[in-house]
Amino acid sequence: MRLQYPDTIRVVRVPCTGKVDIIHILRSFEKGADGVYVVGCMEGDCRFNNGNIRAKKRVAQAKKILDTIGIGGERVQMFNLSSAEGPKFAQYAVEMTDKIKELGANPIKKAFKKKAA
Amino acid sequence: MIVAQKKPMEEIIEEVKGYNKILIAGCNECVTVCEAGGKKEVQVLASALRMYFMNQGKEIKIDEVTLERQCDHEYLEEIRNIIDQYDAVLSLACGVGVQFMAEKYFTTPILPGVNTCFLGATEERGFWTERCQACGQCILARTGGICPVSRCAKRLLNGPCGGSTKGKCEIDSNVDCAWQLIIDRLKALGRLEQDYEKLTPIKDWSTDRAGGPRKVVREDVRI
Repeated sequence: MRLQYPDTIRVVRVPCTGKVDIIHILRSFEKGADGVYVVGCMEGDCRFNNGNIRAKKRVAQAKKILDTIGIGGERVQMFNLSSAEGPKFAQYAVEMTDKIKELGANPIKKAFKKKAA
Repeated sequence: MIVAQKKPMEEIIEEVKGYNKILIAGCNECVTVCEAGGKKEVQVLASALRMYFMNQGKEIKIDEVTLERQCDHEYLEEIRNIIDQYDAVLSLACGVGVQFMAEKYFTTPILPGVNTCFLGATEERGFWTERCQACGQCILARTGGICPVSRCAKRLLNGPCGGSTKGKCEIDSNVDCAWQLIIDRLKALGRLEQDYEKLTPIKDWSTDRAGGPRKVVREDVRI
């Protein structure tokens, strides 16, 4: 569709969002990501039945953990759409990028800088 | 199996914040099945703690290992070569594992990462219930496979108390009346005459924890 969306996003493709585990989300932040979002199929439409439901619960759990450790649960989010909805994909990409820009950089990046210095 | 629950992150942070080099040790058995202390939980906890301390500006080394069990000497020996590198070990095994490791490596603080809850089974994923209290004198043959010691609130051994409503215990409407379950089961097995009508003699509780810390000795297998 040749739609534009921010180039600050790194896409990791998985066969189903059910494959995404909490550790994948946490490691991304550990390595300096400012935000992580999981994009899955509409609820009820998962071809593997409930992969996107598992992802939803894991994202919720990751939010809790990130809140507790001071990174902020708002930096992780899940979106649901159909794979036919190209414009929505671009829209969510923009939405998430704007939200993360507002929240600012990952707080542990300061720690990296200090270590390097 | 032994069912345990992860300790709240805040509590764990409080326990470990005084140390600079920590090893998080998981266990591949019961705590893996109840998703509290297996390899996955070790990874998540290690990552979360690293980020927390990085955020606080504190330099801390957090390593991960998952042993097959922490209640056998052979498996605990596997970390003998590396344990001196650490100021403390955060063990995600059940209370048995934490203690056994502490006995073996008594110059290293061993901290618990889970709360050990009970002996139970996985009714469905994410839902574990208690089934056994390890009383040491199993009477399941006479109660149709349902334990009144662990499942009856009053631990009655000779039938229901009369406090149950619609098959649920008077302490909580979500708890089944164990004796209702037993009678239903014995009826289905056709054993009400043999098992229910016979009186159970007074229980010997000395084999329960009430008799003090217990042990089992098998002279035939000791070398």
